[in-house]
Amino acid sequence: METLDRSGIDALLTALRERGFTVLGPTVRDRAIVYDELRSTADLPVGVTDEQAAGSYRLTHRGDDALFGYTVGPHSWKRWLHPPLVRLLRITPEEGGQGFTADSSDPGARRWAFVGVRACELAAIGIQDRVFLDGPAVDPVYDARRRGVFVVAVNCAQAGGTCFCASMDAGPRAREGFDLALTEVVDDDRHYFLVEDGSPEGREVLAALPSRLATADEVKTADRILESAASSMGRSLEMDGLPEILGRGYDSPRWEKVATRCLSCTNCTMVCPTCFCSTVEDVNDLADGAAERWRRWDSCFTTEFSYLHGGSVRTSVSSRYRQWLTHKLGTWIEQFGSPGCVGCGRCITWCPVGIDLTEEAAALRESDRALHA
Amino acid sequence: MSERKPKLAVWKFASCDGCQLSLLNCEDELLALTGKIEIAYFLEASRATVEGPYDLSLVEGSITTPHDEERIHEIRRSSRFLMTIGACATAGGIQALRNFADVREYTSIVYASPQYISTLNKSTPISDHVWVDFELRGCPISKDQLLEVITAYLHERKPAIPKHSVCVECKTAGNVCVMVSHGTACLGPVTQAGCGALCPAYDRGCFGCFGPKETPNTISLSAWLQERGSERRELIRSFRNFNAYATAFRKESEALERAEATHG
Ligand code: SF4
Ligand code: SF4
Ligand code: SF4
Repeated sequence: METLDRSGIDALLTALRERGFTVLGPTVRDRAIVYDELRSTADLPVGVTDEQAAGSYRLTHRGDDALFGYTVGPHSWKRWLHPPLVRLLRITPEEGGQGFTADSSDPGARRWAFVGVRACELAAIGIQDRVFLDGPAVDPVYDARRRGVFVVAVNCAQAGGTCFCASMDAGPRAREGFDLALTEVVDDDRHYFLVEDGSPEGREVLAALPSRLATADEVKTADRILESAASSMGRSLEMDGLPEILGRGYDSPRWEKVATRCLSCTNCTMVCPTCFCSTVEDVNDLADGAAERWRRWDSCFTTEFSYLHGGSVRTSVSSRYRQWLTHKLGTWIEQFGSPGCVGCGRCITWCPVGIDLTEEAAALRESDRALHA
Repeated sequence: MSERKPKLAVWKFASCDGCQLSLLNCEDELLALTGKIEIAYFLEASRATVEGPYDLSLVEGSITTPHDEERIHEIRRSSRFLMTIGACATAGGIQALRNFADVREYTSIVYASPQYISTLNKSTPISDHVWVDFELRGCPISKDQLLEVITAYLHERKPAIPKHSVCVECKTAGNVCVMVSHGTACLGPVTQAGCGALCPAYDRGCFGCFGPKETPNTISLSAWLQERGSERRELIRSFRNFNAYATAFRKESEALERAEATHG
């Protein structure tokens, strides 16, 4: 473990840029912390923190100069790895001829360095890796975008009001999948970062930074901070036996109850860092006869999503919410070997009417107990 | 193509002309369009007209007079495919606010000689009168959606006009949700996509220009906003906009009005 002081983070961003990375990270825009290109540490949300609750997100000042003193916002790294809108193919007729040319290049792909990736987000990227890369069919868009990414993880020194990564065994400490991992310490008199490397490239970058070996005291301080974050999660989710409960609870009246509140607006699936569903749309140009195929995020909350010949299979909102929750916390495990949830809390915070999956799961567990006790 | 070009007609009823203008606004694409389709009747663009029947009729505006009530049937008879464009034609438009009041009282206030005004009690969408093959929402419609439907029509494919919420477009654009980040009332979760989430992109709530989305839950949205301090009167005004007479928005504003009358 090494230690970097505050100016070491500037050196890190410069080093990444010099290595040819486009550096992305947290920054304040429109009263939220979003991910965007970073030019220097001045673009980071210095001294800013977030207060999150079901259906509510507010920024406030911390009273110090911490660079990473908040949790996750409305964006996730999915925006870059599995973009909301991407052209898959453009087919252009050859002039005068019978043939055509096909272009399946992805002009949006870059060599990115993701700075400030939280443990839950690393876990989510791991889940999407399994979905897009480990199956029988590899997704070429995800594959090309994912391959060169340099990950600077940041361990969470505080938990948010809707966080429950501890329940999902996904945080608050990043364990794997990063090139470098930082833990920020803001003391009365000192501001420094503990740095751990997780890959040969990470080691190389770290070697060029003005770091020094961490003292036992510094390591202990960082451990204490992460322990206190783990024990101050705003939410919790009991996973034990939940897939079976959800399976048995197919007819639970709770689905109708949540459907009276659910807007089927899709926000929960759009902000979720693991949700991967998409649809394709074909468009054609009247002038030059070219045709394009675009892929865009889809959601199990639309009727079109389950449209089979003759109509939608899930016309009721209760069946759509049930599909979502049952997949996330139940059948995803059979399909991909883990739940489709890392406890980031985004779907709770960014639901415009504050529907909370941990509350729904607890209620389903409760009624299951009443029925099967 | 050696076959004859399909004939397009554009018709106007009670409306502001904004939606027809969207067609003229397709400057770059208009030339390509006229290569594939004959613009046979479009008074806003040209006084020269070609007789029907027409292959594709675009109808703008709502039905507000006895004469219009007759005319739309003639247009339906002379059109193979009839598509309504905009909030007036699909939901009655802003002029459907009269549907919630007494139109005679209005005419007596507005006109010096109200006896010359021949008008219906209600402003109604085209689909209340004739069969409509496709409805294009919006106040005004989106130029891209219009081109998409015409292109899809010419290629005999299904147009990509989703009925899901504005929130889908809002998240696609990467906007920060105004409801969650500052408690601004937004109709996005109950409104059909199509505008590209224009208002939330400028940090404002959605006004509902594209009308109710599929399976809209206006009751839940209203309840949530009221718990957070929105007044019933404000909410009634939000739902009584360009799409006031669209079923889901109408029912919500009427329910709020009843609650207001009961609880004050
Ligand atoms: S389901 Fe909700 S809490 Fe779980 S990963 Fe997705 S957004 Fe985060
Ligand atoms: S749970 Fe919330 S965010 Fe998800 S579809 Fe329902 S209302 Fe929208
Ligand atoms: S700002 Fe409005 S349209 Fe955008 S996600 Fe929020 S509720 Fe939906």
